[in-house]
Amino acid sequence: MAITRITLPASARRGETIEVQWLIAHPMETGHRSDDQGRLLPRDIITRFECRYLEQIVLAMDLFPAIAANPYCAFTLMAERSGELVFIWAGDHGFEQREVRTLVVTE
Amino acid sequence: MSTRRLVLQVLSVAALLPRPAQANRAQLEQAILAFTQGERPRSGGVRLDIAPLIENGNAVPVTLSTTEPVQTLALFNELNPQREVLQARLVPTAGGTRLSTRIRLATSQQLVALARGQDGSWWSHRVDVVVTLAACIEGG
Amino acid sequence: MKRLLVLAPLTALLCGAAAREGEQPLASPRSGFEFMTPALQAMQRSDAQNPAMLWVASGADLWKAAPANGKPACAGCHASGLAGVAPRYPAFSAALKRPVTLMQQINHCRATRQEQPAWRDESEPLLSLAAYLGQQSRGLPIEPPQDDRLTPWRQAGEALYRARIGQLHLSCAQCHEARAGQRLAGAVIPSGLATGYPLYRLEWQGMGSLPRRLANCTTGVRAERLTQDEMTQVELYLMQRARGLPWETPAVRP
Repeated sequence: MAITRITLPASARRGETIEVQWLIAHPMETGHRSDDQGRLLPRDIITRFECRYLEQIVLAMDLFPAIAANPYCAFTLMAERSGELVFIWAGDHGFEQREVRTLVVTE
Repeated sequence: MSTRRLVLQVLSVAALLPRPAQANRAQLEQAILAFTQGERPRSGGVRLDIAPLIENGNAVPVTLSTTEPVQTLALFNELNPQREVLQARLVPTAGGTRLSTRIRLATSQQLVALARGQDGSWWSHRVDVVVTLAACIEGG
Repeated sequence: MKRLLVLAPLTALLCGAAAREGEQPLASPRSGFEFMTPALQAMQRSDAQNPAMLWVASGADLWKAAPANGKPACAGCHASGLAGVAPRYPAFSAALKRPVTLMQQINHCRATRQEQPAWRDESEPLLSLAAYLGQQSRGLPIEPPQDDRLTPWRQAGEALYRARIGQLHLSCAQCHEARAGQRLAGAVIPSGLATGYPLYRLEWQGMGSLPRRLANCTTGVRAERLTQDEMTQVELYLMQRARGLPWETPAVRP
């Protein structure tokens, strides 16, 4: 289980564009670095992120080794009504992480 | 030795030689066209925000933003080991979108942000950045 | 003598040539934060963006986790938290009869109060808990304790700070005091005050402690590593140099 930190506004008005931010602890090993003995360190990255809101995938992102270690992402979302935001990460070597937050939307 | 064999041998040796600058730029353009399925993007429509002078290439903040609804955002680079940085599909939203992250940059180079509008049109913004290296890299 | 002749031009290149005409040393030491780009400053300031907050989150969990042997969790004894504590380290430990750093004190508590084995240097739990404790004091002015028992150690730290070491025959003071604010190979030389440890260093792509950073410094001048006692002495002196500046843990640095 990787440590994550998700930041959302406490609430949003219907129709308002909000910013969602996340951080996840992950080395994002590129596959191009070598260790002290000169052996190539195998690639180990997060390759995909999805955010689902009100049963719809609102963002589906493919990540490549150029994404920095301990990745950060911020994206915008239009608030429609209160509901769950589901965050899903997947990556090399079977990496999977799922977090759920509630977005409170007022009229 | 047959001509074909000779040509193949020469080509395989050539592949090991360091790429000249034009080859990197050509590879970048090829990667972009592969992503857009052959459509040449027009300049505009998306904005790539990144510091022009970067002191440390390990975690460089970038923001891709649009003022119109888009269904796709992508970021390509010229000189990292691999051209792709991120590719995202989004729900088009009135008023546009904004996506930020942090990327790694191996050296000074060109970055290209792409966006695809709801009508399928492709747009791009190219930015050249300079990456300096910290003085005391001890690898510890 | 021959060694000096070889090293002198290198030293001159590193230190003499970097100075620009008319540049004076800084009037007083400044946090490395001030020398960072706006983007990095924003990264440190925003808890949503600061990667070190991942370690703080982990530290918060460790703070509340009681060990399996029935001894209390940290939160069990320190119910109201430890705000104000981190910037007062290194402090004199009556139990150990010597100064200890915050991380050494954490391990001492683990051993004596929780009967748990010490966490290894630079281990994730130790960095996480130190980051969590440090963050509780973020923004408070650094105020080293007025404790005479610390004085000989602090003075030894200052002597080390001013001693030329390593094959490059450089002292901390030559770069971080006399030339802070000037540039070395494109990067600004900071005052090297250590106001935000443990911190997320972009070069490490992870969290690290002050001892890790000091090991990088001694490697940089091709010197032998400092002993643990020497690092504590230097840390004591650095805290005195930073007196009055705000505590920044968990900081971000390039």
